[in-house]
Amino acid sequence: MTKEQREPLIRLAKREDITGGKAWLIRVLSIVLALAAGALIILLLGHNPLEVYPSMVEGALGKPRVIRETVKRAIPLLGAALAIAPAFKMKFWNIGAEGQILAGAVAATYFGLFWADRLPQPALLLVMAVASIVVGGLWGLIPAVFKAKWGTNETLFTLMLNYIVLGYVKYLQAGPWGADLSANGYPKIPMFAANAMLPTVLGVHIGWIVVLVMTVLMFVYLKYCKGGYEIAVVGESVRTAQYAGMSVSRIVMRTMFLSGGLAGLVGFLQVSGASGSLTDNTAGGIGFTAITVAWLARLNPFVMVFIALLLGILEKGADTIQTVYTIPASAAEMLTGIILFFMLGCEFFIRYRLIFRGKGEKKHG
Amino acid sequence: MATQHAIELRELTKTFGDVVANDKVSLTVDKGEILSLLGENGSGKTTLMNMLSGIYFPDGGEILVDGRPVTIRSPKDAHDLGIGMVHQHFKLVDVLTAAENIILGLKGKGRLDRKALAREIQVISEKYGFDMDPNQKIYDMSVSQKQRVEILKVLYRGADILILDEPTAVLTPQETDKLFAVLRKMKADGKAIVIITHKLHEVMDISDRVAVLRKGKYIGAVETSQTNPQQLTEMMVGHAVKLEIDRPQTQYQDLRLEVKGLNCFNDEGVQVLKDVTFQARGGEILGIAGVAGSGQKELLEAVAGLQKVRSGHIFYYPPHPKSDLAGKHVPVDKAGEELVGKTPTQIQKIGVSLAFVPEDRLGMGLVASMDMVDNMMLKTYREGKGPLVDRKAPKALAQKLIDELEIVTPGVSTPVRRLSGGNVQKVLVGREIASSPTVLMTAYPVRGLDINSSYTIYHLLNQQKEKDVAVILVGEDLDVLLELCDRILVLCGGQVSGIVDGRTATKEQVGLMMTHLPKGQEGGDQA
Repeated sequence: MTKEQREPLIRLAKREDITGGKAWLIRVLSIVLALAAGALIILLLGHNPLEVYPSMVEGALGKPRVIRETVKRAIPLLGAALAIAPAFKMKFWNIGAEGQILAGAVAATYFGLFWADRLPQPALLLVMAVASIVVGGLWGLIPAVFKAKWGTNETLFTLMLNYIVLGYVKYLQAGPWGADLSANGYPKIPMFAANAMLPTVLGVHIGWIVVLVMTVLMFVYLKYCKGGYEIAVVGESVRTAQYAGMSVSRIVMRTMFLSGGLAGLVGFLQVSGASGSLTDNTAGGIGFTAITVAWLARLNPFVMVFIALLLGILEKGADTIQTVYTIPASAAEMLTGIILFFMLGCEFFIRYRLIFRGKGEKKHG
Repeated sequence: MATQHAIELRELTKTFGDVVANDKVSLTVDKGEILSLLGENGSGKTTLMNMLSGIYFPDGGEILVDGRPVTIRSPKDAHDLGIGMVHQHFKLVDVLTAAENIILGLKGKGRLDRKALAREIQVISEKYGFDMDPNQKIYDMSVSQKQRVEILKVLYRGADILILDEPTAVLTPQETDKLFAVLRKMKADGKAIVIITHKLHEVMDISDRVAVLRKGKYIGAVETSQTNPQQLTEMMVGHAVKLEIDRPQTQYQDLRLEVKGLNCFNDEGVQVLKDVTFQARGGEILGIAGVAGSGQKELLEAVAGLQKVRSGHIFYYPPHPKSDLAGKHVPVDKAGEELVGKTPTQIQKIGVSLAFVPEDRLGMGLVASMDMVDNMMLKTYREGKGPLVDRKAPKALAQKLIDELEIVTPGVSTPVRRLSGGNVQKVLVGREIASSPTVLMTAYPVRGLDINSSYTIYHLLNQQKEKDVAVILVGEDLDVLLELCDRILVLCGGQVSGIVDGRTATKEQVGLMMTHLPKGQEGGDQA
């Protein structure tokens, strides 16, 4: 042979079983590396990473007030991640949580604006919640019906539906519901009356209790309910599900109603808890970030709580350094992006190990 | 130069995680020799050959080609060394012609000279006795034609060392003979050939030497002329094995299933079953033989309610009132309950059970990522009130199967994906049997299994037959079908080309029926 007699420089081997400790070591290491990479960017911008990083943490967790802000950011992330979990478990790629959140928010806002004087607060909030679930669920059901009947691609379908609701919200803002003019002259939907707002517990709207209850329920549903079992089977193999006598199209539609409905509920929490009104920024990318949350948590609801909090901290921290150091918003977002990239990337190293040339035999297990 | 081997493997080792697939395997193949590589499933045959063909890279050891140490990092390296592998699953592009597939991936000049190419292929074909039209599209080809393209592809690229991974699994006896004739010509031409197969009589027929692997270790090589199937089996398994299959006689033989004029079309509108008519009785094993894709799967799925029926009837008759099976399932019309139009769940409740082992073994019937407990409840999870699933009964069943069928697994909560092929199939067949069916349909239950596991499965099927269950078995290995089944239904292109008595039929007779319909078109019921 004319080729050099060498084995390849790097080759991959699948890890069969990795100990929990080792996996966490890799994860911690990846965050350290992410911080190091981020430090380079901060240096390039002319700031001292040793000052910037602490102030990020300070800005997200330093005072009770900022902690509340951080939690407020984590609530919709967790809620939306829980919402897409059953769909993803079924391998139905619902990237339309953004639109489903908005659809729910529109429904809740309708009652919040026009029924506030007719119903007492508990009844009004209940009606708003139910309406948001139903409308969000129906919005999620549309792509599921098309998928079940005609086999359309749900990824594109759910994505496109996002823009339709977003357009509708802008229309409502500019026209029918947009009575109020904001300070800078843009039309705006008026703020809710006090009884259309969620009460607060420990200084944060009760949405945090709602999503924590959702976490437990979703865990139980996926793990111990017949419905969750069906989702898992369909996700693994449609053929097997049919073979077991399951009605795959019914399961797909039911699950997407659930997924959309929970996303819709998050929309209600946003308008009625966080912002007090509907804007075209009510979803604000939450539906997409939630995919990251769900994926990093490997669809485990309890892990999602931590990931959502972590992302809340990152976002709040990035906001803080924007104002304190006048770092551009895009640069702050880059920092968040780098950390996420390393976190997602490290999962690869948890699943595979690299073997470098000449080190084949001794590394094992 | 005289003692140079075409290939020499020295202490080749490959591990996957904690599993040692090949443990210091040393092996030689000479020019002009056909070597059979024999071993039970999971003994590391395919891993070893994949290292030779550049798909895996060894963790230790050396490969020598023509006496020189070489490094094979990719299939391209292997190909440069003249090593070609014909895989079990064909890797051809359906919409291209034979010639286009053959040159696919080869570097060449900008312009494709189809005429010259066709001529070159013709030359090789004639040399080895293939008959082949270079301009035929792959999708128009039968399985054996596709295999010929795969072999030609390897030869065209100038391979001197050919590795064939279970090449006869998809062939009829006649096609196998043709293939062996080709292999003999290649051998005479000085090529080194390694053939992986499970079928001992083929090993005896074609090879010069036999190398045996067991659990990743090299056990030894013997001259074919100096050995016999019994000895080879013992080398493979590690202890003495009885090679006969029982065929017990049973008591009732009552009519259980009657299929009349069944016509089915697939999603593309192609007719996959044409006027299929047959009966299956309790206490018998009805074998179904046919070239892969002759409608076996569709037939079983139609009975199970998974395949849409265009026209025809499937009648189910309850078991003999005195048999053990009587009264265990939903009561049905004694004059024949029509199954066409019922849902899969309704059909299951009547007692008709399907255990289909697909090519990847897991795609249907079992959920790979789930553990045994969750797989046990695949068809029964709806039972019990309330929204929660009950995992107690399936867990007990899983444990029972592990004990009774000697399933090797770390525990009931290990994903079935982690089990070896034989154990996966025991889980599947065991679960179906646990539902105490009255009709047990199973397709390829021993697909890819080693001898021991295969015999366990045959034994299970015989047990069911003795319980008055109507067993329908779709199989690949005609020798086994002829030994195990009471009657054999032969399918040819979606039609019944005949039903023969398993005790009297010959392999040649069945093989012929697999490829030819009788003159009067329709298969007569001879048994």
